[in-house]
Amino acid sequence: MSFDLIYELLLGLLALATATWSVATRDSYSAVVGFVGYGLLMALVWMQLRAVDVALTEAAIGSGLTGLLLLGAAARLRKADARVTARPTRTLRAVAALACTGLAAALAATVLSLPQSPPSLTVAAVSALPATGLGNPVNGVLMAFRAFDTLLEKVVLVLSLVGVWSLAPELGWTGRPRLLHPFADDGVLRFLARTLPPLGLLFGLHLMWNGADEPGGAFQGATVLAAMWLLVLMAGLGEAPPVRSRWLRVAAVAGPATFLAVGIAGMGIAGAFLAYPEAHAKALILFIEVPMMLTVALVLALLVAGPPEQAPHP
Amino acid sequence: MSAALDLFTIVAVSAGVLFFLAGVVGLLRFPDALTRLHALTKADNVGLGLIVAGLLPQAGSVLAGLKLLLVWLTVLLAGATVGQLIARVARHAGPRP
Repeated sequence: MSFDLIYELLLGLLALATATWSVATRDSYSAVVGFVGYGLLMALVWMQLRAVDVALTEAAIGSGLTGLLLLGAAARLRKADARVTARPTRTLRAVAALACTGLAAALAATVLSLPQSPPSLTVAAVSALPATGLGNPVNGVLMAFRAFDTLLEKVVLVLSLVGVWSLAPELGWTGRPRLLHPFADDGVLRFLARTLPPLGLLFGLHLMWNGADEPGGAFQGATVLAAMWLLVLMAGLGEAPPVRSRWLRVAAVAGPATFLAVGIAGMGIAGAFLAYPEAHAKALILFIEVPMMLTVALVLALLVAGPPEQAPHP
Repeated sequence: MSAALDLFTIVAVSAGVLFFLAGVVGLLRFPDALTRLHALTKADNVGLGLIVAGLLPQAGSVLAGLKLLLVWLTVLLAGATVGQLIARVARHAGPRP
C-alpha cells in the first residue's frame, strides 16, 4: 500500500469521524469546534485532490469565518441551551431519521448513477485561457467564462449584509456594530492585533495579485483582510464604522458596481454583456478585482460584526 | 554533503514528529486545561521548529527557506497568543467539577 493511499484513507476516516461527532454532540459549542476542525480537514482533502483554490476557500470561509459566526451564535444560544430540557417526541425523531436516511440514499443513488467519465468543459476552458491573459484556469472561469455567476455572487453578498443590518433594533440604526466588544481590554489580544495585520495585509494582497497566475484570488485575499480587520475590532483597537457612513456604503457596493459597469461597457466595446476586449482582458479583470476585494473584505467582516446597535449611554 | 544534509533532515523532522507525539499524549493524558496547554504549546512550538529546520536544506532556494521560517514565526505568534487567551479563560472559569 502506497503512502498516499494510507494518508488518504486516514484523512477520509478522520473527516467522516469529525463530521459525525459534530452532528451527534449535544453541546452547541463542542459542535462548532468540531465543525471548525472538520473544515480544516476538508481543506487537506481538497489539497490532496490538487484543488488548491478550493482548499484555500474552505480553510478561510468554511472553517474560519463560518466558524467565527457559529461561535458567536453558540455563545448567544448558551442561555437558551440550558433552558431546553424537553426532548423531541419519538414520532418526530423517527420521521427526522427517515427523512435524513432518504435524502442520503437519494444522494448516494445519484452519485452511483453518474457516468464513469463525467461531461467536462476542462479542455475548452484551458484552451481558451490565453485569450484572458490569465494563467490560473480557476480565475479564468470565475472572472471571464462564468463572470455572470461571480457578479451575482457578489450581489448576494451585499444583500446578505442588508439582511444582517435589517436585524438592527429600532434605535440601532444610528449606531455601529458592537457584537465583538466583549473581548476588549485584553493586552495579549491587542499585542496580536498590532503585530499580525501588516503581515496579513501583505499576504492578502499577495493572494489577490498572485491569483491571476497561481492558486489564490480576490476572494481568498479578501478573507484574510477581513480576518485582520476583525482581529483589530475584537482587540478593541478600533471600532466598526457607523452603518450610516457614506464611505462604508460606497465601499460595500463598489465591487459589484464596477463589475456591472465593466459588463455593460462590454456590450458596446466587445459585443456582449460581461465580454472583455481581448487586448485588455487581464487589465480589466484586475480593475474589477481590486474594488471587489474591498467589497468582499468589508462585507465578510461586517457580517461577523453583526447588526448595528445604539451607543451605550455614558 | 547532500547525504549529510539528508541525514540532518531525517533526524530533525523525526525529532519534530516525536515532539508532536509527546504534545498529543500530554493533551490526552494531562488532568486539566492548564497542564494540557502547557504540553501542547511547548511541544508544538519546538516540534514545528525542528520540522522547519529539517526542511530548510530541502527548500531549494533562499526565498522558500525564508517562507518556511516565516510560517514557523507566525505559528509561534498565534500559538503563544491563543495559549494565553485559553489559559486566562480556563483560570477564570476555575477547575471543572
